[in-house]
Amino acid sequence: MVEKVLTGLSTLRAGATDATVVRPDRAQTKSAVSTSTANRKRARSRSKMASGVGGWVLYLILPVVIVAAWALYGTFGGSQSYAMATPQQIVQATVEYAASGELWLNIAVSIARVLEGFLVALAAAAVLGVGAGVSHRFERAIDLIMQILRPIPGIAWIPLAIIWFGIGENSKVYIIFIGAFFPMFVNIVDGIKGIDKRYFELGEAYEIPKWRFIRQVVVPAALPQILTGIRLGLSGAWICVVAAEMIGATSGVGFMLSDGRSMSRPDVVILAMLIIGVIGKLMDDFVQWQRRRIVNWL
Amino acid sequence: MADMTDSIIDIRNLTKTFHTDDGDVEALHDVTLSLPRGGFTSIIGPSGCGKSTLLRIIGGLDTDYDGTALMNGEPIDGPGRDKGFVFQDHRLLPWFSVRDNIRFALPDDRKNDDDYIQEYIDLVGLTGFEKSLPKQLSGGMAQRVAIARALANRPKILLLDEPFGALDAITKIKLQDQLLRIWQAEHITMVIVTHDIDEAVYLGQTVVVMKPHPGEIKRVEHVDLGVPRKRVGEAFNRAKDAIYTEFFA
Repeated sequence: MVEKVLTGLSTLRAGATDATVVRPDRAQTKSAVSTSTANRKRARSRSKMASGVGGWVLYLILPVVIVAAWALYGTFGGSQSYAMATPQQIVQATVEYAASGELWLNIAVSIARVLEGFLVALAAAAVLGVGAGVSHRFERAIDLIMQILRPIPGIAWIPLAIIWFGIGENSKVYIIFIGAFFPMFVNIVDGIKGIDKRYFELGEAYEIPKWRFIRQVVVPAALPQILTGIRLGLSGAWICVVAAEMIGATSGVGFMLSDGRSMSRPDVVILAMLIIGVIGKLMDDFVQWQRRRIVNWL
Repeated sequence: MADMTDSIIDIRNLTKTFHTDDGDVEALHDVTLSLPRGGFTSIIGPSGCGKSTLLRIIGGLDTDYDGTALMNGEPIDGPGRDKGFVFQDHRLLPWFSVRDNIRFALPDDRKNDDDYIQEYIDLVGLTGFEKSLPKQLSGGMAQRVAIARALANRPKILLLDEPFGALDAITKIKLQDQLLRIWQAEHITMVIVTHDIDEAVYLGQTVVVMKPHPGEIKRVEHVDLGVPRKRVGEAFNRAKDAIYTEFFA
């Protein structure tokens, strides 16, 4: 009887061991996947918390309080209307400029200038940056001049740009080019030079043809940093367009800013500043969104 | 005249020196070793014994040495698809799915054959994960993709450099069994570098024990655990003891 139970037990155990021998493979794979799904879910729920109703309240509360305090101070505090505008006046200015079409024209002109200078800078940075990232000799040859030109801000180029190109479009595009080029150049070079050297060994071990290697390894590996460069380049271009338009322009957001000062209208000045800030943020959001969409493997 | 025994790799009087700022370091000293075709060889030794360097030379990733290293009687003058290499890190491309990682390593005439790629995904037991990105895989699964990537190139020899070193004990044991199964099914020569004595004895028919400063072969042990292999029992323990003695003597 006891013997029978023991045999039964041992077959049972044998069966159990068998099952654990067969199953873990699947179970392990599944659990590995479910862990990563769980992590993703948790990450998603965290981002949901940040973007849910509570998150939006948290996001907006500080600006709303500041604007409310500002409006109250403007209404009852009695600041001088030629020195400081109230939020109400800024809203009125917005309506006025939007109705006349000036608001949209200035925004469109500035964005067009930024895109022009930015795209030229991107093309130049791509050619020189990939060259310097791939060839050590080429990098050495241009390094000194790049390092000396890089710290010179776009604004410092304004006098020379006006001497060279006059006060027309070309001088503005040139200044925007300067503001956008260096962040992109530096990040493209670093992105390519920083590629994990072990990938090159992998390419050798599998006899990957050079063009396939550049397309499928070098470009994607450097892409996160290239996109960081593009983000910095675009914000650099936006900062420079405002600076360039404050001097010798008849349209654009920067012109609106200096025009508001010469008309002694602080509401227009502040409106122009807010437009610069909001558009800068939206452009940055756009690049960040594209970056998350393209670089989906990190 | 070559050896009469059928060996795929022949290394004779191989010496490898690294030139560093602090002077020359002899990583391998006068190593002579033949690997039988179709066999499973383990190379084991403490760190600094040159075992990985030796594997890299066999794989053609390091061609700067004195002496002779032959594969099928021809000097090994570089890496290539006939020598599959599995690195310690899985080295998958993070932007490619499992399927595209295998595709990436294939020659042009094979790289668009999804059915062919699928065979190797199935072989390492990752059916259903074709579209997963490396970040969605566990360490063990990623290393299996790396093995599939190497095997899909139909190498004559598969070289594994501490492939399971970073994995937990349970996963490691499962992958060792899977590797043995593939070895038996594909009739491929395999060489594994490890610092785990159990792993060396369990996998290798031949265990090459190395010692450091300078890297030399201390002993070559033949292990017969039968088919299928067992991790317990007299034969396993005897082989293990022999290697322990070599290590700590």
